[in-house]
Amino acid sequence: MLLKISDLVTGYAAPVIGPVSFTLDAGQALGIVGANGCGKSTLLKSVYGQARIFSGSIERSRGITLASQQQHPVRLSDTPVSVLDYLRLLDADKQELPDRLAALIHKRIDTLSGGQYQLLAVWACLASSARVVLLDEPTNNLDPEGVALLAGWLRERRHDRGLLLISHDTDFMAAVCDAGINVTAQHHSDLRKNGDTT
Amino acid sequence: MSSFPDLLLDPLFRVPLFVGLIAAAILPLLGCYLRLRREWLAALGLAHIAAACHLFGMALHLPLLLSGAGGALIAVGIKQLLKREGNGGYALMMLGGWAALYLIAANTTLGEALSHALSDGQLYFANTEQLLALGIGGGIALALMPWWNRRLLRACFFPAHEAANQLPAWRWHLSFDLAVALLLALATGAIGLMGAFALVFLPPWLAFRVAPNWRGGLLIAMLTGMAGYALAFVLALQFDQPFGPVLVAVLLAVSALGFLRRHP
Repeated sequence: MLLKISDLVTGYAAPVIGPVSFTLDAGQALGIVGANGCGKSTLLKSVYGQARIFSGSIERSRGITLASQQQHPVRLSDTPVSVLDYLRLLDADKQELPDRLAALIHKRIDTLSGGQYQLLAVWACLASSARVVLLDEPTNNLDPEGVALLAGWLRERRHDRGLLLISHDTDFMAAVCDAGINVTAQHHSDLRKNGDTT
Repeated sequence: MSSFPDLLLDPLFRVPLFVGLIAAAILPLLGCYLRLRREWLAALGLAHIAAACHLFGMALHLPLLLSGAGGALIAVGIKQLLKREGNGGYALMMLGGWAALYLIAANTTLGEALSHALSDGQLYFANTEQLLALGIGGGIALALMPWWNRRLLRACFFPAHEAANQLPAWRWHLSFDLAVALLLALATGAIGLMGAFALVFLPPWLAFRVAPNWRGGLLIAMLTGMAGYALAFVLALQFDQPFGPVLVAVLLAVSALGFLRRHP
């Protein structure tokens, strides 16, 4: 077991979603699906400590690290950070860098297209030493070729780690996830007042 | 008229030369991280508050390093309090620090001379105590830079990483803020407030536009700061001009090169 969520109720000023329970094991890709605004991203945020836990618990295997690709990866304009610099930040493996990213290795990240940057952000997490990888809408900005490439990475790079994914792309989720949880019914009635939109 | 090398190597000005050179090497490096964190305006606020506290310490005849460190602690404390206000908070720091600076200068035995020193910079009167204080402060900052580097960059690009992995992030964020405030306070005493701020702001501004990668950005910022400083040092001496404004003008002229080239 890498991650165990038990009866978790989470949100910000007030609960947004819960109770939710699941276990994530090594080699598993678990998809979280649900209607817009039901609190999927909030659930992910609770795992990486950016949402309030009202009740329930999050247990993690001791000593493991966690990497997260956020729904909108931070992108700073006018900043001289190359693709190589970016990968170094998470100690991402550069030996097995896919061709599509290897061709960009010395480019500044502020010159990449949205799709290129999305692939880079996801690869940085997948090629790091993190045992749990959280991916929030990883197919954003990707063309069909990029989505297929991403799906391949997710299948190849999960043997010793657990992946937790959120995506509205049902075909993609079906192609890469071993199991899925629909959390639409777990969202709280005051959801819209709290301003969470995903 | 003396030549460029003669003026630069004149034994009379050796201590001032090295005082400024340390500031010109370190401040642009710190400025790169401030720019990365979108906190360059905070640097101006920190400089004002830290310099005001530093000046107060000098009026009490405290050692430079001690008054600088005290000023840095107070400035960083105020920054933490006002952080949520963003740029508005940093502007409040700047205004509060500016008022305190000149009121302290006007009401202590240090008086006018110091208020001039702070606005114009009195590099040519820099002494060995200032050299020692900046040398120690700058040396510590340089030693910590490899440790800060990846952590500060990662905090910007992967803001969830620290909380997700329960890392003691306060260590690198606080130590960096303290180093910035301390070095700005010490540098302000020698090269003036705007001179110190220009070194934090302009070389990184140029470097961010033209550098191919992060390491290149740091190198360009540091070399621009040092080259601009050396040129300003000689020009101010040669033409008997106040150092701070000459430094700012030279750095502005050099940084304008950034308009010619953008993103390699």
